[in-house]
Amino acid sequence: MTIRFLLDDAVVEVADAAPTATLLDHLRYRLRRTGTKEGCAEGDCGACTVLVGEPVADGVAWRAVNACILFLPMIDGKAVLTVESLSPGGTPTPLQSCMARNGSSQCGFCTPGFVMSLYGRAIGAAGHALPVADVIAGNLCRCTGYGPILDAAQAVPSIDRDDAALAAVLRDLRTAQAPDASPAWFAPRSVDALAALLLDRPDARLIAGATDVGLWVTKGLRAIDTPVFIGDVPELRTIAEDAAGVTLGAAVRYAEAHDALARLHPDLGELVRRIGGLQVRNAGTIGGNIANGSPIGDGPPALIALGARVTLRRGDTRRTLPLEAYFLDYGRQDRAPGEFVERIHIPRPAADAIIHIAKLSRRFDSDISAVCGAFHLTVRGGVVETARVAFGGMAATPRRAPACEAALTNAPFSEATIAGAIAALREDFAPLTDVRGSAGYRHEAAGNLLWRLWHRERGEPVSVRELV
Amino acid sequence: MADRPDPLPVATLPAAKPSLPHDSALLHVTGAARYVDDEPEPADLLHLAFGQSSETHAAIVAIDLSAVRAAPGVVAVFTAADIPGQNDVSPVAHDDRLLADGEVIYRGQPVFLVAAISRGAARRAARLGRIDYAPRPALLTIAGARAAASLIEPTQRMARGNAAAALEAAPHRRSGRFAMGGQDHFYLEGQVALARPGEDGQVHIASSTQHPSEVQHLVADLLGVGSADVTVEVRRMGGAFGGKETQAAPFAAAAALVAAKTGRPAKFCCDRDDDMVLTGKRHDFEIGYDVGFDADGHILGLKLRLASRCGATVDLSPAINDRAMFHADNSYWLPAVEILSERLKTHTVSATAFRGFGGPQGMLAIERVIDVVAAALGRDPLEVRIANLYGPGRDVTPYGMTIADNIAPALIARLRHDCDYDARRAAVGAFNAGHAVLKKGIALAPVKFGISFTTTHLNQAGALVHVYADGSIQVNHGGTEMGQGLYIKVAQVVADVFAVPASAVRITATRTDKVPNTSATAASSGADLNGMAAFEAARTIRDRLAGVAASIGGCEPSHVRFTPAGIVAGAETIPFATLCRKAHLARVSLSSTGFYATPGIAYDRAAHRGRPFYYFAYGAACAEVVVDTLTGEHRVLAVDILHDVGRSLNPAIDLGQIEGGFLQGQGWLTTEELVFADDGRLLTHSPATYKIPTAADRPARLSIALWDGENVEPTINRSKAVGEPPFMLAQCVLSALGEAIAATAPDRRAFPPLDAPATPEAILRAIAAHRA
Repeated sequence: MTIRFLLDDAVVEVADAAPTATLLDHLRYRLRRTGTKEGCAEGDCGACTVLVGEPVADGVAWRAVNACILFLPMIDGKAVLTVESLSPGGTPTPLQSCMARNGSSQCGFCTPGFVMSLYGRAIGAAGHALPVADVIAGNLCRCTGYGPILDAAQAVPSIDRDDAALAAVLRDLRTAQAPDASPAWFAPRSVDALAALLLDRPDARLIAGATDVGLWVTKGLRAIDTPVFIGDVPELRTIAEDAAGVTLGAAVRYAEAHDALARLHPDLGELVRRIGGLQVRNAGTIGGNIANGSPIGDGPPALIALGARVTLRRGDTRRTLPLEAYFLDYGRQDRAPGEFVERIHIPRPAADAIIHIAKLSRRFDSDISAVCGAFHLTVRGGVVETARVAFGGMAATPRRAPACEAALTNAPFSEATIAGAIAALREDFAPLTDVRGSAGYRHEAAGNLLWRLWHRERGEPVSVRELV
Repeated sequence: MADRPDPLPVATLPAAKPSLPHDSALLHVTGAARYVDDEPEPADLLHLAFGQSSETHAAIVAIDLSAVRAAPGVVAVFTAADIPGQNDVSPVAHDDRLLADGEVIYRGQPVFLVAAISRGAARRAARLGRIDYAPRPALLTIAGARAAASLIEPTQRMARGNAAAALEAAPHRRSGRFAMGGQDHFYLEGQVALARPGEDGQVHIASSTQHPSEVQHLVADLLGVGSADVTVEVRRMGGAFGGKETQAAPFAAAAALVAAKTGRPAKFCCDRDDDMVLTGKRHDFEIGYDVGFDADGHILGLKLRLASRCGATVDLSPAINDRAMFHADNSYWLPAVEILSERLKTHTVSATAFRGFGGPQGMLAIERVIDVVAAALGRDPLEVRIANLYGPGRDVTPYGMTIADNIAPALIARLRHDCDYDARRAAVGAFNAGHAVLKKGIALAPVKFGISFTTTHLNQAGALVHVYADGSIQVNHGGTEMGQGLYIKVAQVVADVFAVPASAVRITATRTDKVPNTSATAASSGADLNGMAAFEAARTIRDRLAGVAASIGGCEPSHVRFTPAGIVAGAETIPFATLCRKAHLARVSLSSTGFYATPGIAYDRAAHRGRPFYYFAYGAACAEVVVDTLTGEHRVLAVDILHDVGRSLNPAIDLGQIEGGFLQGQGWLTTEELVFADDGRLLTHSPATYKIPTAADRPARLSIALWDGENVEPTINRSKAVGEPPFMLAQCVLSALGEAIAATAPDRRAFPPLDAPATPEAILRAIAAHRA
């Protein structure tokens, strides 16, 4: 298959692109852009960070992504910036000069990735308004302790960049782009086309951000038969927000959804912020997180507690079900051949709802939870009227805790009720011991999250993050 | 102590050398710095992958590699039988096989080697080997190996006085145990080597290694050629931290083997997950202690048992465990002490060097003992630390070395004052009294780290300096650059000899054909050893130039002065380049080697007595933390560090080492957990499951100051080594976490049994135990 993308201001045409060749390998071994490094080839270290751009009204919208798990066809018709793009004549940007002067690099191997994340921040790329430590949470450095890098980011908060010409070239490139009919890579441009394609090819493997499927290739060394890329399906990329709640297309990326979800509840925003690094959230989608049915699935427990509903589509037929009903068992979801997740609706909680969402992991940022708990209570007149409680990491799927919910519902909002609800969790779950935690820890911590909710409602500080 | 003359009289040197940036900083930030995998690939390059053992301990019954050979892109497949020389990639004991021969002794061990036309082809084919195993019982844990008396060498004993009697006589006594985990190096650049066959059996290897000479010697023996036929080159590593001291060898050896057998260049660029399975890590330790003390917290008698999991082979474990024993005193006088060091052999990947080299484990043991003593007495742990510090009349270590440079008391006093320890400790107590869920802790602890390879002969280095007739200077030495700033420090030393700017010195890649028979760049010794060797080389040339200048200026050579304005000889001021040109015309050599061997050190390992260290580097740190007692989560709120680098060769570089070392130590003690399955599989083999600190884990407030002092020994510039010591500054984080946990049951006079790493799970476990 042939793909075309803009590298700096020149069109790169790849006539023999293998569908699951990574952008990183192409940059390093075909284009000799070796500034972009492979640190882990699984999207966890950020040494391969590049910026990918798409034209928008006033220029180019950039986002930092991990090139190691980005398949080359996914950047068809898009623009790419690598660390080499920043100093074409050998003159470094002020950001690079500052980092070179202030000790931001020691071994230097992770440095290009940090440069790209912080350059993205400086030019207003996706997530640029986040605190600096969040912008670089997906970039690991083993040498410096991060201090000089954080300082450099503060010293060079913005860099002027005029992308008007680039945007024009990019628009031309996309206009000229022929819908590709390659049997090795499908990239439908409308949701109807996608629905039709999947009827024809029920064996298709849907790819949105490739933050999971990418690892099947780089680590599992698997071939992906019939890859169908949904990242350029416009209807799946919409966010609708109103008084009733938020509706996300299945291909909306985490980073794009963050603000709308944070407005539903700050805990949900914080949960989303802690999923992967920014590069992962700039690629991965909530739809993908749901569709792949992870037993942990950091997003789903919270969405279940908030009463999210998922809409599936097969051909022209749609059905909508509560999110918890979608997860049947380990590795098994309620999705028929040819059917796909089209959108997710998350209702806006009542203003007086008590919501607590907590993710427990070894590391705060860019880690997968051992336990993720989400609580959604309505308490009126001192009595719990409704209770939705969901957990990830406690069972083969993210799911509700019916015994716990029953112990809470119609009970006084009291210490005794909380204690009873915690005891009921033993009926709800028999968690496993695995690499992220023991069964005993999971039980204890899951129950303690209810105590944390209790203490928080009494106005006590309950999170170590509150003291920072 | 300081009875030898300074190499340069102190008066002639600036107070501290300037804070020049890392020599490659601009290349780093522009992506132009080349690492091994960034070299242009030769057209006929082969890519390599290991076929790895799926068993933990087993005899190999049969190997069927037909599917591997038939896989697309495969050019050659090798097993142990194909190795022309010695199948050995070990540093000392000759017990590490490049490819398994007859048996496998840990899961993931390389069994065969695939060479293919692409990396993907090699990796895919490597999974197609069919190997029949006859499994054998596997020892995976310290307890299991101890029960089976499985050791890499006999248990070592270091002792002074009668610890047993002192324990019996002590007014107070506590005993207990705790465990600390290992640590993956997680250098961002994985293991990589590129071998190019030369003519007549020669081979050139670009390797990401801290020890090019060892790679050279191993490859020569592997191929059955002389060391002179093998050249190893390393310009820079993308991080190492000890993980490329011995662990780079298998990858370089594999590439060299394929190059020799096929006549084609061969590259081994290891996948991250494979790297984490294949390569050794920091030793995990289990500590047993029995301590007797008086009412003021003075330690009167101490028995320590330091048991480590060394893994399947010897590697560097004897020296690493020795260093654990050497640091089990940290900064404290132990009048009657017995330290037993068990080195257990298990069927896990062989543990190896990692920043601190056993020192952190030994030091953490004594710091826990101090915390236990303080808790038992209900005293401020800092007071107990201070009460036990070395001092006049109590200044001999358990291995019989007199401490001549003890700045710990003064350094601790200053940090205590500067970080406002006492007021903050009171504030922490008040906070804890008012909060049910969150508890804070604060701790201030010292570090004293011995500098020198404890294997005495390794304390030598060579350098090669060329001055060209145009006045430009090339420097080469045996040390390797892994990000620590060694190259710029040595360049500054050489530049100062000639009174030229450091930018006039071209730093070149470390190569075994320029400086032979080098030691690993390890033990924090890089700048001490290579800086001095380069200084000697430069001084030799300077003396020759001085002779030329003297003849021009009509003065005595001893009156010639090298100044930034030029070389002043009599009435003449000669520009450096002009003098070099004149020296060349006068047929004076402008090239010299330099050599340095650390003086004054000697150690009797059999008796564990002597002076293994040239000097000590000191530091102290104070950490304040907060713990969520419901979930076990924590945050490091503030850290204050005061650290001793002597008279710095480059303060900016040294500050970077201190900060980076601290955070790496914090990671070891908090988020970084290695998890092995019951069958010996490493479950944490990727950054998805193995969690080094991110920017958000950095202490919310971190301040670092350099101690104002100089080395009592005449090291280069009177500086001190800085690579490893700061790592151990992080031990105060674990103590502070323990203090926070203790606050959940403040009336208990006991220190919580908190193991490291202090994951949320470990913290909840310790809280439960402490409350029980």
